[in-house]
Amino acid sequence: MSVDQKMDGGRRQLLLATSAAGGVAAVAVAVPFVGSLTPSERAKAAGAPVEVDISKLQPGQMMTVEWRGKPVWIINRSKEMLESLKKTDELVSDPKSDKPQQPEYAKNETRSIKPEIMVAVGICTHLGCSPSDKFKTGAESGVSADWAGGFLCPCHGSTFDLAGRVYKNKPAPDNLEVPPHKYLADTKILIGDDGKA
Amino acid sequence: MTTKAQAVLDWIDERFPLTSSIKGHLTEYYAPKNFNFWYFFGSLALLVLVIQIVTGIFLVMHYKPDAALNASGIPAAFASVEYIMRDVPGGWIIRYLHSTGASAFFVVVYLHMFRGLLYGSYRKPRELIWVFGTLIFLALMAEAFMGYLLPWGQMSFWGAQVIVNLFSAIPVIGPDLSIVIRGDFVVSDATLNRFFSFHVIAVPLILIGLVVAHIVALHEVGSNNPDGVEIKKKKGADGHPLDGIPFHPYYTVKDIVGVVGFLIVFSFIVFFAPEGGGYFLEYNNFIPADPLKTPPHIAPVWYFTPFYSLLRAMVWPLFGLDAKFWGVVAMGAGVVILAFLPWLDRSPVKSIRYRGPIYKAMLTLFVIAFAILGFLGTKPPSYAFFGVIPGAPVAQLFSLYYFLFFITMPWWSKIDKCKPEPERVTG
Repeated sequence: MSVDQKMDGGRRQLLLATSAAGGVAAVAVAVPFVGSLTPSERAKAAGAPVEVDISKLQPGQMMTVEWRGKPVWIINRSKEMLESLKKTDELVSDPKSDKPQQPEYAKNETRSIKPEIMVAVGICTHLGCSPSDKFKTGAESGVSADWAGGFLCPCHGSTFDLAGRVYKNKPAPDNLEVPPHKYLADTKILIGDDGKA
Repeated sequence: MTTKAQAVLDWIDERFPLTSSIKGHLTEYYAPKNFNFWYFFGSLALLVLVIQIVTGIFLVMHYKPDAALNASGIPAAFASVEYIMRDVPGGWIIRYLHSTGASAFFVVVYLHMFRGLLYGSYRKPRELIWVFGTLIFLALMAEAFMGYLLPWGQMSFWGAQVIVNLFSAIPVIGPDLSIVIRGDFVVSDATLNRFFSFHVIAVPLILIGLVVAHIVALHEVGSNNPDGVEIKKKKGADGHPLDGIPFHPYYTVKDIVGVVGFLIVFSFIVFFAPEGGGYFLEYNNFIPADPLKTPPHIAPVWYFTPFYSLLRAMVWPLFGLDAKFWGVVAMGAGVVILAFLPWLDRSPVKSIRYRGPIYKAMLTLFVIAFAILGFLGTKPPSYAFFGVIPGAPVAQLFSLYYFLFFITMPWWSKIDKCKPEPERVTG
């Protein structure tokens, strides 16, 4: 510093430039650390499709398989169960499946490829609990006296019908997700790959 | 002291502020002479912190943060906790000390915070002590939440699932943020390992740093007291506050009494009721995590339930954003708003002893609201008192009051009819 205590402008500028360069370096160093928090290549690759044999699944029955760490339900809906979807049409918030919660081929009345076979990710769209099946209808189900059969989430009380459509005025905002899937044979489903993506 | 010992001490003091630190923080730190039992909880919080760190160090020697299934089909993390409980000599008591310590931490901290509310300990010039304290509380919540995932039981898994999914409600960045927190698309081994890292390294370091800041700030301005008057205003000829006594030996000895009382209760719980009736260790957490099946009723551990009730109270979408986003906002605001207390309180006096009826009524109702929110947070949303009074609207009403207490404080704390403060501390 000069004798009369005046600020040395040139040095001050160098100081600022050095600090700025140091700041840039600090941000650059943070990149790999933040990056390491994101899903690893192995986690990204873990979504291998799952092959399911549904030949033993009787009408009215449901099975659960694991895909990408999540439960995927396969429900063989009986005639009465399919019939109930017409009743719930006006009770659910997205009856026509307008929100992109399913592949294009499942955007229909039953939200499925084959009308009776429902495939859905069993994770509530609210906060990620897995709803429990309440297939019995009416008061016997323990849900409500006019219950048409479907699913009840134990965490915050969201309800879904047998096509995974969420009832109106429930915490869950969307219908259950239908994963990409295709039929390898009449009773064999491949979940996680529909040959389109 | 012998001349030789004195010489060693002098040698150190020329290189490190040993004697002056002991004087500044203990033997010549003058604390008000009228501390009552409410003043135990600060030193007890420190004690519990030490218990948690020491037991934690020993638990890490046997615990494995691994979600992979072992040969018997049990996740390794869950199995290692059971291994500590059954096969490690003394493991059960170390683990129960740690799990009971978590609940004890919150009991002590809640009482410590309530003491602040009683005697206005957050008021000028102690605002920063209170702000550091709020940050300690936040860090403690993060520490407890991440620690709860480690046993990898059903409640660990689904509790983490719900809380991490809350972050996905934040507009724009939410979904990606929740993936970065989990390190995966679902709660998985990656999540377990990073929570372990945060729980044993990152958050404890932050916590200790904040505790140091909390105490340094306290010793800079000096302690408040049940009368809420500044003892530094009246000093004797020796320059020390007339109503102050050295922290050591007077309060070190008194705090030991508090420690003994605390340890009696604490040991009783550790030995006879470590699960705390399902409140300290939830029953569903004795079932290994199953990503395919949610337990029929999930609730957070008791110390989070008042804030969980705030979260659930928001059921209406606002301004085009989901109700769940507003729930997250309410829960976050419920904690953060505490930090603003020093600037919300406009009362001319600090201590409840000289405050008027409005503060006493508002504070009583606040405690009731907090307790009922806590109670309802342990229950499913469909819960009804005596089967008739629905719990959900009650929780909403008390949530509203929780925030009104703070937001309207500048107004009612000013108009309250206070008594004059004494010149010096009483009794």
